[in-house]
Amino acid sequence: MPNRKLVAVAGALALAVGLSACAESQRTPTTSAPQGTTGATAARSDSGNANADATFIFGAAGAPKLFDPFYASDGETFRVTRQIYEQLLDFLPGEAKTGPGLAESYEGSEDGLTWTFKIREGVTFHDGTDLDAAAVCANFDRWYNQTGAAQSSAVTYYWNNNFGGFADQTDKDSLFESCTADGMTATVKVTRVTSKFPDILAHGAYAIQSPTAHEKYDANNVQAQGSGFTYPAYALEHPTGTGAFTFGGYDDAAGEVTLNRNEDYWGTKAGVAKMVIRTIPDESTRRQELQAGTIHGYDLPNPVDWKALEDGGAKVEIRPAFNILYVGLNATKNEALKDVRVRQALSYAINRDQLVQSQLPEGAEAASQFFPKAVSGYNTSLQPYPHDPEKAKALLAEAGHSDLTLEFWQPTEVTRPYMPDPASIYEAIRSDWEAVGVTINPVAKPWTGGYLDGTEQGEAPAFLLGWTGDYDSADNFIGTFFTKQDNAFATKNYPFAQELTDALVAADSEPDAAKRDQMVSDLNKKIAEEYLPGLPISHSPPAIVVAAGVNGLVTSPLAAEDFSTVTITE
Amino acid sequence: MSRYIVRRLLQAIVTLFVLSLLLFAWLRSLPGGPVSALLGERSTPEDRAALEQALGLDQPIFIQYLRFLERAAQGQFGVSTGVLPGRDALEIFLSRFPATIELSFFALTLAILLGIPLGYLAARHRGTFLDTGSVLFSLVGIAVPVFFLAFALKYVFAIQLGVLPPSGRQSVGINATHITGMYVLDGLLTREWDAAWDALRHLILPAVALSSIPFAVILRITRASVLEVLDEDYVRTAQAKGLRAATIRGRHVLRNALIPVVTTIGLQTGALLAGAVLTERVFTFRGVGHALAYGFETRDYAVLQVLIMMAALIYILVNMVVDIAYAAIDPRVRVR
Repeated sequence: MPNRKLVAVAGALALAVGLSACAESQRTPTTSAPQGTTGATAARSDSGNANADATFIFGAAGAPKLFDPFYASDGETFRVTRQIYEQLLDFLPGEAKTGPGLAESYEGSEDGLTWTFKIREGVTFHDGTDLDAAAVCANFDRWYNQTGAAQSSAVTYYWNNNFGGFADQTDKDSLFESCTADGMTATVKVTRVTSKFPDILAHGAYAIQSPTAHEKYDANNVQAQGSGFTYPAYALEHPTGTGAFTFGGYDDAAGEVTLNRNEDYWGTKAGVAKMVIRTIPDESTRRQELQAGTIHGYDLPNPVDWKALEDGGAKVEIRPAFNILYVGLNATKNEALKDVRVRQALSYAINRDQLVQSQLPEGAEAASQFFPKAVSGYNTSLQPYPHDPEKAKALLAEAGHSDLTLEFWQPTEVTRPYMPDPASIYEAIRSDWEAVGVTINPVAKPWTGGYLDGTEQGEAPAFLLGWTGDYDSADNFIGTFFTKQDNAFATKNYPFAQELTDALVAADSEPDAAKRDQMVSDLNKKIAEEYLPGLPISHSPPAIVVAAGVNGLVTSPLAAEDFSTVTITE
Repeated sequence: MSRYIVRRLLQAIVTLFVLSLLLFAWLRSLPGGPVSALLGERSTPEDRAALEQALGLDQPIFIQYLRFLERAAQGQFGVSTGVLPGRDALEIFLSRFPATIELSFFALTLAILLGIPLGYLAARHRGTFLDTGSVLFSLVGIAVPVFFLAFALKYVFAIQLGVLPPSGRQSVGINATHITGMYVLDGLLTREWDAAWDALRHLILPAVALSSIPFAVILRITRASVLEVLDEDYVRTAQAKGLRAATIRGRHVLRNALIPVVTTIGLQTGALLAGAVLTERVFTFRGVGHALAYGFETRDYAVLQVLIMMAALIYILVNMVVDIAYAAIDPRVRVR
């Protein structure tokens, strides 16, 4: 027996030594400046003693899904890809309006159907490929010529919604017609005038990517498999753009994306040598990590923590509100809602001011229409429905629905920038409605466990939902909500359905911006006062927080921050 | 013995097959689904219908199951739609599993190293302060929910005292070499001592939280089992024979008392995995439990199927090993 033990111990030792011998450290130095860098002089230096070799560590609420933004539709993916890629147009710093990006200038023809983009000189992709008009048109052609599984909205959500279809889909009304390249000039033709174009090209989904890398890593090879999709190596491991950061890798086991400063960047180089985006889904853990000094900043701090964070020395940057929280109404499931007086009564019953003050973060506002002030076409003369329970009761009585019973849906297992705490918002509205005699049948469902499915399929007579805008476009808000007549709002139940659809289409296809804004403004008034297919509630500003030594962050109302402006003082 | 093992293996295959069928049907009966997770709040009914058709989710469930079996036979267990979209579900399991093994190993080791000696001492000193204290301590271990303990530990040691990291598995910038995916082991193998130490510091709080239930169970079973064995005739006989106290305790008391303890340890692997879902979540410790929790949130069918099936397989295998160990400890099992 002792011999057997001895053999076992000796064996274990030999195994350990063996493993140890074949396991070698592959460490590389992390803090030295990369070769070719001119260090602090090459990078930004907003702050006198900023450390250009620093690593900026940011806590994100979710993991990026992949790194080809054309196949993405979620904010966490765009947060990463915005640092790697650039678009033809870009959002002006701190705004939702667009300006030049990789196109240093652009202009449209008189009929609004032909757009000429002058491409910026001296820009190269991270793989060394030069940016020119041919590369830009290669991107347009790639987008338009997606085939098979890639045509699904789950893969190419933005193209499907903004451009309407692909080359081989003859039954669909595609917006894109052609792109022709001539040196540094790209000419894009569209089939109709829409307020979306060319502004939508500033959206992260339309990042200009290296055609060479596309070919090398089989970028279009998306396949449906089982209940999901498989993506090519390009989208998972080799994203190649022109941005201020290059892709350093994604470590799923650690939940970290690493980005390195692009030392050959055409503009002002990034203020930090490296950026690491850590996925920390739990908000309180993100706060604790910031307090422990293990991250430099994070997104979406809970409004109740804002003051404590500032007291602790951190900087809470409140973005302008660019969203809408609304109560959706669907008359298919409750006949009483077909009467506009009932919908108005429900709107008068809600005490928006109290809800905003007690349930929403500082800077939130009661909503008078279905998009925020920063969007062109906002009607400044409209006021939010005042809280008037007596009028609500009178309207219900007039409509013959004093004993109204309403099924009201509440989402669980979710927070959204426009809805930081769904439960408390739900309770506030519910008690306001009950106060005017409405009997509420509450229904609570998990966000992806039946809530979104149910509301979209028209099963919820009344529900909480919202929207964060993609860019400065009225159509992106009200066009999405009300152009179709058979969605969550089911406007098909109302006599104004076609009139509303026609008005939205007419406004969207008006080439003159001033005229379009007026049309939208008038339409906003009609939607709020005459149609009322849903009840606009509030606009909430989401925040982002950084540690005391972090400078230079410019917040974006679209949460589309460019982190290359960040510097760290250590 | 070999026939016994073969029989157990066949039972395991049948169990896994039945489980796969039930799991497949159960997941698809949950409200919502991957379509919601893939499309989010921006989808239209047409988008949903088109996607369901593209993914075959509009087919009857038995057709979906047959397709799943067909693909599984070819080694394709589906791709993730929520946890890590586009990646093979089995790959996700394999990349996350080392973290859970490491965490479970530390938690179980902690539970065994503390639970068995304390349980034994409590039984030996029955009715004393040590006994009452141990029993009370174990009661707290069972009664306090794992997530509460995890939050409490994090609050005290990571936030208030700041002596241990609040989340993650290793600090950013440590730039460690990873071979097995078990970071402490990797640090030791590559002699990157700082990386091993850093990983160990990240492990302490989640391991303590996760060990609370197994520790309490092991302590109580050990105590009860030792008390029972101390009353056995053969122990009295050994004492009457004049054997040394150490021999009686080691060979006759502890060896016999450990039989139910070993079985319990096997059963605790299931509890460990359940606990890991909560613990990994609280500490953002990216193991299987973390992926499982997120898989449920996003209704990631492929990932949930693979993770739950693998958990079941591990549970079955561990219990088989425990039964064989049981046979090794207790010769009567071999005779039968």
